[in-house]
Amino acid sequence: MIDIKNLKVSVEDKDIIKGLNLKINKGEVHAIMGPNGSGKSTLSYALSGKEGYEAEGEINYNGENILELNTEERAQKGIFLAFQYPIEIPGVFTNNFLRTSLNSVKKAKGEKELNAVEFLNLVKEKSEKLKIDKEMLSRPLNVGFSGGEKKRNEILQMSLLEPNFVIMDETDSGLDIDALKIVSNGVNAMRSPKRSFLIITHYQRLLNYIKPDFVHVFSDGKIVESGDWKLALELENDGYAKFVS
Amino acid sequence: MSASDELIQQYQDRTEYDHGFVTDIETIDVPKGLSEETIKFISNQKKEPQWMLDWRLNAFNRLQKMKEPDWQKPKYPKINYQDLYYYSAPKNFKDGPKSLDEIDPEIKKTYDKLGIPLEEQKRLAGVAVDAVFDSVSVATTFKDKLKEIGVIFCSISEATREHPELVQKYLGSVIPVTDHYFATLNSAVFTDGSFVYIPPGVRCPMELSTYFRINAENTGQFERTLIIADKGSYVSYLEGCTAPMRDENQLHAANVELIALDDAEIKYSTVQNWYPGDKDGKGGIYNFVTKRGDCRGKNSKISWTQVETGSAITWKYPSCILRGDNSQGEFYSVAITNNCQMADTGTKMIHLGKNTKSKIISKGISAGRADNMYRGLVSIHPKASGSKNFTQCDSLLVGNKCGAHTVPYIENKNSSSEVEHEATTSKISDDQLFYCRQRGLNQEEAVSLIVNGFCKEVLQQLPMEFAVEAQKLVGISLEGSVG
Repeated sequence: MIDIKNLKVSVEDKDIIKGLNLKINKGEVHAIMGPNGSGKSTLSYALSGKEGYEAEGEINYNGENILELNTEERAQKGIFLAFQYPIEIPGVFTNNFLRTSLNSVKKAKGEKELNAVEFLNLVKEKSEKLKIDKEMLSRPLNVGFSGGEKKRNEILQMSLLEPNFVIMDETDSGLDIDALKIVSNGVNAMRSPKRSFLIITHYQRLLNYIKPDFVHVFSDGKIVESGDWKLALELENDGYAKFVS
Repeated sequence: MSASDELIQQYQDRTEYDHGFVTDIETIDVPKGLSEETIKFISNQKKEPQWMLDWRLNAFNRLQKMKEPDWQKPKYPKINYQDLYYYSAPKNFKDGPKSLDEIDPEIKKTYDKLGIPLEEQKRLAGVAVDAVFDSVSVATTFKDKLKEIGVIFCSISEATREHPELVQKYLGSVIPVTDHYFATLNSAVFTDGSFVYIPPGVRCPMELSTYFRINAENTGQFERTLIIADKGSYVSYLEGCTAPMRDENQLHAANVELIALDDAEIKYSTVQNWYPGDKDGKGGIYNFVTKRGDCRGKNSKISWTQVETGSAITWKYPSCILRGDNSQGEFYSVAITNNCQMADTGTKMIHLGKNTKSKIISKGISAGRADNMYRGLVSIHPKASGSKNFTQCDSLLVGNKCGAHTVPYIENKNSSSEVEHEATTSKISDDQLFYCRQRGLNQEEAVSLIVNGFCKEVLQQLPMEFAVEAQKLVGISLEGSVG
């Protein structure tokens, strides 16, 4: 699914990621943990193709190096980033945004776009499954949403777009325990042999709910240790000190 | 290319003007220049009664003593009024159209290209169109149907001949002949425009619409519109405007007068897409228009909605005189300036009657090197007790070379009245664009979506039939939005 080879990323001539290698197979859930400032969010932006993030190396996605593709091309191919801080867009109703987004992706894939009724039926079904209040959909996108609502909205978008590769950028930050459960249940329901996840976090807490297949410790722009989910427990107990030079 | 540069580029490409074609038809022109002779020629062409000619000449005399204003922000090179044509008409329309079949196929094609379906069967249901081509009214549709219920919808030239008592009573009663330079100029040389009269108690069953097009070169367009809503009546009126691409600047100085009597309501919407000039600011229309509504009767209401996307310079303040007690005025505006376009626009709400209310919602969007100015006056006179105004002015910047300015003038001379003013300035952020694009929208769609959201409050005010066109004009494809 994803095979990252010797990825180097710089922002404004500052090297942030310094040679990252990571392979994620279909159906796997990988967690990347690391201290603040280790370059975790940079990795999520570089993978989703944000402008201003100069990347070299290879990001092979389903056999294709997507390094030169722009943000929407990657999104249309099924790469989804759940934002740490979802962006507010005043005046644009959430419903309208979700449908525009879904239809853009469908169009790119050559699939039939949904009309208003088809969309509303779909979104109703998805939001009920995720226990998300539909009322949220008739408000401007993320405007005045609580932290929990914003994250739930991200999960709803993920379940509508049905991406192949999901990057979750500190999705657990700012969530209370109930919201954390809703978000994790949403993710777990989406787990499938065809879909891979990269979960970026600096707490082990989220990993109690979404159990990863592999855990990587990220420090100073590199993976310095890899293991199974027990590594996360170890980190929780001992901290990052032993991995950070 | 950085994200914002690319955005600016794409936004600029939006103004590749779709309506920039010239229709090749023979026209009759007056000799160039502003003179009594020109005015007599116009009046004669339109077979006007003597009183109308006298009215024009009076305006012309006043004009000699007036000076062109220069207090506005967008400056422009001096206009040589002796170098303009003041009348241009397709040759075979000397006597005005009698039916749709008489329309020159070339003109018909022009309107088809513009997407203005002139032929009855193609027409949007419920929209009566008065089309003005350069200086003459080409076709007025649905006239007979409207006649049955007593609604008069015709060209202003026809009205001066057929309904002189109404025209004499109301013409110039909202915008006096002496008002200001361009209004006076218009009074002297106005060519055509629409006339609407809604009889007492009648709710006009369809949207009335005018479509203006400037075709001939070096032609000023001076149309005049007069709408009277008699007691207890209602009308919704829409005008749309386009012009071919030309290197020369062309002047458009229209006057629009609205009169609402007791309990009457007029809704006036404009979608203005005059040629804005090229990327370097060459050519384009000077859109210097005087629009004023008089809520003459008690409980009357006048609502202006404008979507201004075109013109090199837009300089206009559609206003309401709230004379009748409990009358209401509204102004909803979207003004988009791009490249070298400039806009100095807003409204005037003059509260004279008791318990009068006004609402102003203005959305200015600037891109490229454009400058966008909201200028508005809210004036509450001493006798206007219990009056209220609410004003909201929002500016959105696209890129970092454009400007947005808000200049409110507020005068409240009555202690029981309230005035509220809110203003915001924001910018489309790279983060907003990234978020949209991460969800699969391309950059252009993302901008459209964001701008559409920004203008929503105003666009919602447009009659349904035209909202689509307006949203497209705003640079937005409606594909993919929930209805």
